[in-house]
Order: sequence, then C-alpha cells, then structure tokens
Amino acid sequence: MNSFRLWVYLQTTPLFWLTATLGAFLIADALAQVARRHPIVNPVLISIALVAALLKFSGTDYETYFKGAQFVHFLLGPATVALAVPLYRNLGLVRENLLPMVAALLVGAVVAMVSAVAVAAALGAPRVVLISLAPKSVTAGVAMAVSESLGGLPPLTATLVIATGVIGAIIVTPMMNALRIRDYAARGFAAGLASHGIGTARAFTVDPVAGVFAGIAMGLNAVVTPVLAPIVLAWLT
Amino acid sequence: MKALPLLAPPGKDGAGIGGARLTARSATAMKGGMIRGFLLLLLCQLVGEALARGLGLPAPGPVIGLALLTIGLMGRNTWRPMRDEEVANSDVGRAALGLLAALSLMFVPAGVGVVQYAGLLGEHALALSLALIVSTALTLLATVGAFLLVKRWIGGEAA
Repeated sequence: MNSFRLWVYLQTTPLFWLTATLGAFLIADALAQVARRHPIVNPVLISIALVAALLKFSGTDYETYFKGAQFVHFLLGPATVALAVPLYRNLGLVRENLLPMVAALLVGAVVAMVSAVAVAAALGAPRVVLISLAPKSVTAGVAMAVSESLGGLPPLTATLVIATGVIGAIIVTPMMNALRIRDYAARGFAAGLASHGIGTARAFTVDPVAGVFAGIAMGLNAVVTPVLAPIVLAWLT
Repeated sequence: MKALPLLAPPGKDGAGIGGARLTARSATAMKGGMIRGFLLLLLCQLVGEALARGLGLPAPGPVIGLALLTIGLMGRNTWRPMRDEEVANSDVGRAALGLLAALSLMFVPAGVGVVQYAGLLGEHALALSLALIVSTALTLLATVGAFLLVKRWIGGEAA
C-alpha cells in the first residue's frame, strides 16, 4: 500500500479523528498554559479551529469526523452528572445563596433569550435563525431539543451554543475583574448561566467555588429555558 | 440506596493510602475503584434519562442524574458522615474530578459542526456575531447584578 492510499484509508477511520481531536486539544491546552490561562487563548476555540482546518485540508465531511469524535462527545453526559460531586462538597455555600440564585436564574434566562433575538431581529435575521438562536445559552443537547420543537435548525443551534460558550469564557474574567466583583459564587453563576459548560470549564480554571456555581447555573438554566423559550419567542416574533 | 458501597472511601482495600506500596492487589483495587465510580455516574445518567423520557420531565437526563447523585450523596452523609477529603477520594469522587478536568475537550466535537453551516452562518454573520456578543455580555451583567442585588437585599455577607 503506498502512502497516499494509506492516508486515504486512515482519514476515514474513527481512530484517526478521535486521535486528531485529542491531539488538537493537547496542542491548544499547551498554548493556553503558555499564555498562563489568559481568557483570550481559549482551548476549545483553538481546538475547533485546528480540527476544522484539518477537515478542510483533507476534504473530510463532518459525519466521518463525528464517527471518531462521538466517543469524546458522549462523555458530556456523565460529566454533567459528575458536577454533583463539587456541588455536594459546597452544599453549605449553595444553601446560603439560594435566593440570589433563584433571582439571577430568572433574570439571566430571560435576558439571554430576549437580548439575542432582539439584536438579530433588528439586523434582519429570518425567523428560523431567530428560533435557532434563542436557546443559545443552554447546554448543547437541551438547546437543540428546544430549537427543534419550536421549528429552528438544531445543528445551527449547536454551533451558536458553542460560540456563546466561547464568547462567555473569554469575556467573563476581564468583565468581572473590571467591575471589581470578588464574590466567586456570583461570578461563577453568571458564567454558567450565560455560557453553559464552556463557561463552567473556564470557571473551574479560575476558582473552584466559581466552578460549582457555574455548574449549578448551567443545570438550572437547562430546566428553565425550555419552559420560557416558547413564551419569549411568541412575544418577540 | 443501592449505590452505597460504591461510595466507600479508598484505602479500605489498600489503594490510596501509603501510596508507595502499590502492590498488584492495590493496583487492581484502584482500577476497580475508577470503574465503580464511572459506573455510578453512568447509572445516575441512565436513571435520569429513563425518568426524563418516562415521565416527560422538562429537564434533560444528565441534569436529573446530577440531582439524583447529589441527593444520593446527601442521603449517604446522614447515614454515615464523610469528611470532605473522603468524598473527594471516594470512587465516584475521583471519577467525577477526572472527568471534569477534561470538560473543555468534550465540547470540541460539537463545535467542529460549524464547518457544516459555514454558508448559513456567513450569510447572517454580522447579525449573529453581534447578537451573540451583545447578548452574552448583557446576560453576564444581568445575572451577576441580580445575584448580588438580592444577596445584599436579604443581608448576606456581601453587604
């Protein structure tokens, strides 16, 4: 088998794309480490760019890629359950902040949907794009289900969800520092509510308490947004 | 609770304590511990999915699984209190922290999906990118503002 045919064979196997995903992430994470975890050097964004470039360069479609990458994607479920452990270890802090959390959850969930849909509508985005955009602050699986049930495009929603996560992870630390907010429960809650798991992952790298509250906000928003989305969309469009 | 033995702290069977003496038996116990911890996470998710589908709950399966595991840990604590480091070093504690350390990685496959929608995204690039940036910033501000306002209002320590 010559090397070209070997490459043609390998790039269609799940093994190759799973390896590429892990490799791209390790490169991206090493860059983030060199940058001392500066928020702009976001490992998720860099990994996506590296893998997307490799797909384009090799002319591979997303389905072929996902056959390998699905093994990593699958772990999102158990990782969400795993948030119970840091949550349980900080239960005292959670009890102390119950009322602020309820208020922040309702305000945040409504602002997340209304502001996104209002800005995109003002700039002329069609209705199907607005529906796909509305649940963008919720974790990917839930957002896609909301989008589908209301007549949006689930894969477009998934892309917007990831983009929201990356944007939130990049801006949350400079924004909160500029506002001199040192309450890591509040900071983390905002990060998880606005930018779900990617915001939560960022919060864990900044402060363990922020990570816990981000995880709680992500979980609660995954329950509240599916209930509020039809109401907000009916009112706005 | 069926899951109770899975929460047993390590060291009972040799793993984790006096780390240098890593005998074949303790290495096996450690491996078994990781698998037990991961199994408990999967079981919680499975029951969560079953409840979400079966009862038509609005929350997704993994979020219900998260709630179930938290309740399970609380129940376990009233039955036999555990110190914080015992929770962290339990089978499920180590499996959970191991997974959460790699949380960022797990968003890469879904994120690469952007390649499929380059056309649609390009067409509305300005509207969508402005909407996402403005909305994410406003959401962060509104959420942190509401949180701190209510905390101050009810006289939390932040005042």
